[in-house]
Amino acid sequence: MITLIVNGKRSQVDAPADMPLLWVIREKLSLTGTKYGCGTSLCGSCVVHMNGQPVRSCNTPLSAAAGKRITTIEGLSAQSDHPVQKAWIELDVPQCGFCQSGQIMSAAALLAKTPNPSDDDIDAAMTGNICRCGTYQRIRAGIHRAAQIKKGGT
Amino acid sequence: MSAATTGRTALSRRTLLKGGLAVGTGLVVGFRLVPAGRQAALAQSGAFTPNQWISIDRDGLVTIINSVVEMGQGSITTMPAIVADELDTDLGKVKVVQAPANPKLYANPVTGTQSYGGSRGVRDHLEMLRKAGAAAREMLKEAGAQEWGVPVSEVDTDLDTVIHKPTGRHLPYSSLVDKAAKLPVPQNPPLKTPDKYRYMGKVMHRRDTPLKVNGSAVYGMDVAVPGMLIASIERCPVFGGKVKSFDATSTKRIKGVKNVVQVTNGVAVVADSFWTAVRGRQALKVVWDEGSEASVSSASIRQGYMDGAKETGQVARNDGDAEKTIAAGGKTVEAIYEVPFLEHACMEPMNATASVTAASCEIWAPTQNPGGTQSTGAKVSGLPAEKVIVNTTYLGGGFGRRGEQDFILDALETSKAVGAPVKVMWTRADDLQHGFYRPSTYNLFKASLDAQSNPTAWWNRVVGPGILIQKGRAQAGTIDGAAMEGVRNMPYSIPNVRVEWVNRDYGIPIGFWRSVGPSQNGFIVESFVDEMAIAAGKDPVEFRRSLLGKAPRHKAVLELAADKANWGAPPPAGRARGCGVMFSYGSYVAHVAEVSVAPDGRVRVHKLVGAIDAGFAVNPDQVKAQMEGGGIYALTALLYGAITIDKGRVQQSNFHDYPMLRINEAPVMETYILDSGQPAGGLGEPGVPTVAPAVCNAIYALTGKRIRSLPIQTDLLKRA
Repeated sequence: MITLIVNGKRSQVDAPADMPLLWVIREKLSLTGTKYGCGTSLCGSCVVHMNGQPVRSCNTPLSAAAGKRITTIEGLSAQSDHPVQKAWIELDVPQCGFCQSGQIMSAAALLAKTPNPSDDDIDAAMTGNICRCGTYQRIRAGIHRAAQIKKGGT
Repeated sequence: MSAATTGRTALSRRTLLKGGLAVGTGLVVGFRLVPAGRQAALAQSGAFTPNQWISIDRDGLVTIINSVVEMGQGSITTMPAIVADELDTDLGKVKVVQAPANPKLYANPVTGTQSYGGSRGVRDHLEMLRKAGAAAREMLKEAGAQEWGVPVSEVDTDLDTVIHKPTGRHLPYSSLVDKAAKLPVPQNPPLKTPDKYRYMGKVMHRRDTPLKVNGSAVYGMDVAVPGMLIASIERCPVFGGKVKSFDATSTKRIKGVKNVVQVTNGVAVVADSFWTAVRGRQALKVVWDEGSEASVSSASIRQGYMDGAKETGQVARNDGDAEKTIAAGGKTVEAIYEVPFLEHACMEPMNATASVTAASCEIWAPTQNPGGTQSTGAKVSGLPAEKVIVNTTYLGGGFGRRGEQDFILDALETSKAVGAPVKVMWTRADDLQHGFYRPSTYNLFKASLDAQSNPTAWWNRVVGPGILIQKGRAQAGTIDGAAMEGVRNMPYSIPNVRVEWVNRDYGIPIGFWRSVGPSQNGFIVESFVDEMAIAAGKDPVEFRRSLLGKAPRHKAVLELAADKANWGAPPPAGRARGCGVMFSYGSYVAHVAEVSVAPDGRVRVHKLVGAIDAGFAVNPDQVKAQMEGGGIYALTALLYGAITIDKGRVQQSNFHDYPMLRINEAPVMETYILDSGQPAGGLGEPGVPTVAPAVCNAIYALTGKRIRSLPIQTDLLKRA
């Protein structure tokens, strides 16, 4: 049994220590907002926060996550009211939406560290997240908008 | 998603089936507005169900059925909005239910199938859905008129309310449900004039965005049903190969592996988790009969195309005498263009969930083809198709890949073999290596110009496989319509035109990849026209305009894109512009690209200006979204896309060797919508074909180097 703290909830997980966190979250905890896209840290669909840092859950073994604070898309906010989520809704960023949990978690981590990111900051933080629908222009606009919302702008 | 949620979703759809919304065939008139079992529906549920698309209950809840699957294109938002506009109901309060598989009720009225591709959402359904909404509104008006004992001409509606104009009396729709349900269904109700549209043509927020920002949208991969197992299938690396034998001894020793069974597409390892199933595959020993494809490679295919190019092809178009004109001399232009196989790379790898028993068959799938899925379910289960329940989830990308049945078959056969509900999930490598690829092609061009540099002849021979023929949807020996789309109907006025097709199919599975034939034919035609413009010494936009006299809609979008991109003004230092224009899927699109090339040969697309004439834009923001998405899809193919074959195997396995464009490479994109007032055109695909030629024509303008083979090889553009 390994102790996991996901979205503030502590649970005991019966799974091999080398099982990737992604599959523990999705299949043991039934939190399916975090997606599988490549399994090798190439696409970013599986990004979650571990102690506030964005990590690829597909390449994070369960043992490395034990006892750490894990936040998934389901735990980013209680009412879908994180500034990034609000901006995404306002600008209708997603198309198919499959990659967007990862995009949003990467964007939220960027804003936590860099409240007013430049386009270069966005490139640096978001280049690991693929969107096959090609929503990049709206993701960029969404991050700038989220920065405004976070500052209390309207 | 929890199992309970899935159960509820499935249950609500079954209830709908039983409740009359989808019972029987009813009376099929005109645009297939089926007043199915209306009396029964009313008796059972207290709902007014004028046709298969709408139900209004006594509490006023309006339920609209959406048949077009939601794969990112916004159908779950746009389709119900069309109905709601004509029904005059509050779109924000409408409940939308995804249609079950039932082609008798929900088939696309143009194709007659419940399969969604070809950019056929708005354009094939607009008129039918408007009539569905309008018919219901007319019945509610009539019910109101009867209630008050006044002529219906004195009655109007305003947001879920029937109004008696002379007296201002009003009744909510909910109060008229029982009366309206007894009235005859008008088959040709009057439709709104565009000035009365409440939603169409205006800003409409996507219905699914809130679910897609908090992880609650359910994709195929997220389905969970009670007792479900998860499987991963080891497939023969060679196309068409079969299992000779397998040894699962080591696999079965892994904790969590439940079963190992042979299915059509390989050997399925069934486990309690996906990760366990994949580990089980790694321990599996399979002996394959690789079959005849094991001798096929990209090089052998290319050689076959080159040999084929020496033959006279089937003639797809023959105006005047192009060969004689070119042979007569004058200024001639010749070129060879090549494009590779491409995979769709949907962000969500293929998957499906099925539960097959002796008496039942239920499927949960991210499919573009619920009708085909139902048929596959019937074949595997042996049950009649109408007994097969198909639940269509959100799709993590479609692009044509998800119209295929291979991943559906995986789930059905595995579930049947193990006697439990099974979700079969593909790895990214499975997805890239077992696709239905955009065909590679080899293309010859010749043209001649007279002394005034006016084009006199155009000659084009396309060599490659035909998707429709390979799939048995067109007869062998005929000209494949998909292969010819965009070359046969090349729009330029040139007196002598000959287009030939040589069918060369080396057995690589091919399929419909976003924009299909035009995905490569836009590149080759619009690049070669540019070569002719250069040979003529004319500006590429002016040269095209002068040849588009008989193609006014092409000309209009080209002029709009050129104008918005400041074509006439010099580009910023170190950059150049190129253009392309094309018709596909009912819409006209032009692009102007602004491009620079780094000393190491890397291409940077700074800006893409697109213009689209899709008739009437029902949901303008999603028209823009599709143009933006199509642009990125096209750029990925142009800069990186190539599936290569060695010994019958795909050599690429993940995003390191089949890269996708990323945000740091994405251009600024502007989209301009030209409302021509013509019938609605397609949206998902037309944004793709003109991007590659616009970029390559800009590269030529900047460097004098002509890109004739994709993807772009940066070595060719490297400066010493």
